[in-house]
Amino acid sequence: MRAGSNRIDVTVTDVVVVNELVKRFHFERTHGGILPTFSGGAHVVVEMRDEGKTRLNPYSLMSSPLDTRDYTISVRRDDAGRGGSLFMHREVKPGQRMVISNPVNLFSLDLRAKKHLMIAGGIGITPFMAQTAQLAGRGGNFELHYACRNDALATYADVLTARYDRRIHLYRDDHGEKLDLEKLLSTQPLGTYLYVCGPAGMIKWVRATAAEAGWPDETVHFEHFAAPQPGKPFDVRLAVSEVDIRVGEHESLLEAIEAAGLNPPYLCRGGVCGQCETNVISYDGKFLHNDHWLSEEDHRSGCKIMPCVSRFEGKSLTLER
Amino acid sequence: MGINFKQETFRDDFSFRNSPEQVRRFPFPFHEDGYMYSVNIEPHVPGAKNTVFEHLFDVDEHYVSEMHDRALVLAEDPLRCQSLPHMTLAGWDTLELLMTEKAKSYPEHFSLTRDGDKWHWVNRPLGIDDRFTFGDTSTLPYDPLEYITRQSQGDFAVLDQRDGNLWMDAGIVTTQADWSLDFDIGMNFFEWHAPVPLAHEMGVFKRALKFLMALQQGQPARRHNWTMTINPRLDTSPENYHKWGTDRTTVTPENVGDKVHLRVEIQMFFRLPRSNALLFPIRCYLIKMDELVTSPKWARRFHRVLRDLPPELAEYKGLVRYRPTVVEWLSKYDDGAPTSPGFGPD
Repeated sequence: MRAGSNRIDVTVTDVVVVNELVKRFHFERTHGGILPTFSGGAHVVVEMRDEGKTRLNPYSLMSSPLDTRDYTISVRRDDAGRGGSLFMHREVKPGQRMVISNPVNLFSLDLRAKKHLMIAGGIGITPFMAQTAQLAGRGGNFELHYACRNDALATYADVLTARYDRRIHLYRDDHGEKLDLEKLLSTQPLGTYLYVCGPAGMIKWVRATAAEAGWPDETVHFEHFAAPQPGKPFDVRLAVSEVDIRVGEHESLLEAIEAAGLNPPYLCRGGVCGQCETNVISYDGKFLHNDHWLSEEDHRSGCKIMPCVSRFEGKSLTLER
Repeated sequence: MGINFKQETFRDDFSFRNSPEQVRRFPFPFHEDGYMYSVNIEPHVPGAKNTVFEHLFDVDEHYVSEMHDRALVLAEDPLRCQSLPHMTLAGWDTLELLMTEKAKSYPEHFSLTRDGDKWHWVNRPLGIDDRFTFGDTSTLPYDPLEYITRQSQGDFAVLDQRDGNLWMDAGIVTTQADWSLDFDIGMNFFEWHAPVPLAHEMGVFKRALKFLMALQQGQPARRHNWTMTINPRLDTSPENYHKWGTDRTTVTPENVGDKVHLRVEIQMFFRLPRSNALLFPIRCYLIKMDELVTSPKWARRFHRVLRDLPPELAEYKGLVRYRPTVVEWLSKYDDGAPTSPGFGPD
């Protein structure tokens, strides 16, 4: 069930080259007025019309939640990806009209925290841009540790340092700077909550280190930036709607289901929120599960799949859709 | 044309009555001649004119008197309104939502002027005219949740979302069907629903939680629930059980029409934008049996629902003692004719 309208008509008001990999996009309401208030960590889903194909990609809002005259997102170009980031980089220009969703927050601040300890890797910095702005506006206690490759790719490190000074700690790979996580975690005051956003390896490392140091699971928050990966095309039977579809190399299963005219529910399109969970009726082949929602047991059972990020290789697959 | 606010009581002499217009807009909760639990959630979108769903937050003829009753409850028992320290931001979210919607829906009664964080709020029915700084609690006479919900009909629970669950970490509860905020504060979704019979086994709460956790900003939802109350008392709380529990023994065939009320709750769900919390307003509507039977369809249907209610539900809703008397009374209005589908009176 969906209530009300989830789509907002916006106009691109500015496109800013941040560095060789990242561009920033500014959106305002096409018909005027402020955009909906949001909370730090929220994302919007951006609709892209790309040569007859519709892409729906989630991006974290990085502008201040205290100022919703416009929304901004930053997109890192992924030359090996399925083309969403390339579309944003190549095709989206100021003045263009686009459609975005209402904000959704799956990476929310825990407002019980006495202190917010944030760890970012690469483009994983974007949700923290909004969260730090939200906290700073209310005198919140936070500290951000940000790992990047080099100065040229330290996206927004200059902005953050100018705003928050010594609360920002930068670690540049090419300078051999390394975050001493064990030490950092062992010197935090009681009531500290930990947030991590970055590459999968970093999230795994931070979670494992925190668990080893005795941090309760409830105090460790993380956001995977799991874009669907391209893969070999495969065929699927949608049993409820009695439709056969083919999932293309650069298409996700969810996108192929939508292209067939179905509207399964979704929020994150990144294998985290659980909304598009789909039952498998029968299969002959191998699942390529890429989600963080289903349990390992679910993965092994062959009974469920998350069509937003997971794929299939084999002879036949029939889904309850 | 404005609303004609009534002066009436929900205690002592119980002068509460519905006008004929208010009876017609009563949210009768049964779409068929029987009742069983269901999640029954639907989009909370503005509905037809002259229904309680015309606006997102309904204000009706009982507004002023209900707010007076709330003030009396709070004066006796301040713990009816609580907010854990991390929920202040959700309180501001709630204040913004209620003020903007009230001013939009009822401009003749409420107005809000915003100049950045300098806000000016006028509530004419209650004679309130306040200027304050949004986000600065020291500029209001109460914390933001209490301030605005002292001016809003219905109870409000504010649920924090974290760790894959919802937590009842703030609220104001003075018009409740026998549950206590002071008892439930800090509990999670399964804990505060633990006393409900049958529904856990049916998996109702797991499905409901999954739905609520995914509820999005700008897409509110609602459901309804019902029970019965003897005398038009809003505050049927566990805290005051000694004051109203014995009312259940006073029902006689002669006084059913005036004393026995159907109590309907419209429960709403809103995602709050700054705090990412869920606001859960629970709005209570009361109708006397004498008023209900002015609709022949409602009379027939309610007779059948009450007569055939599973015993566990009758027990949970506290109807066991007086149900036979009320069923007998209602049977006079049920000629066995079929009823039309849907909620409305014929």
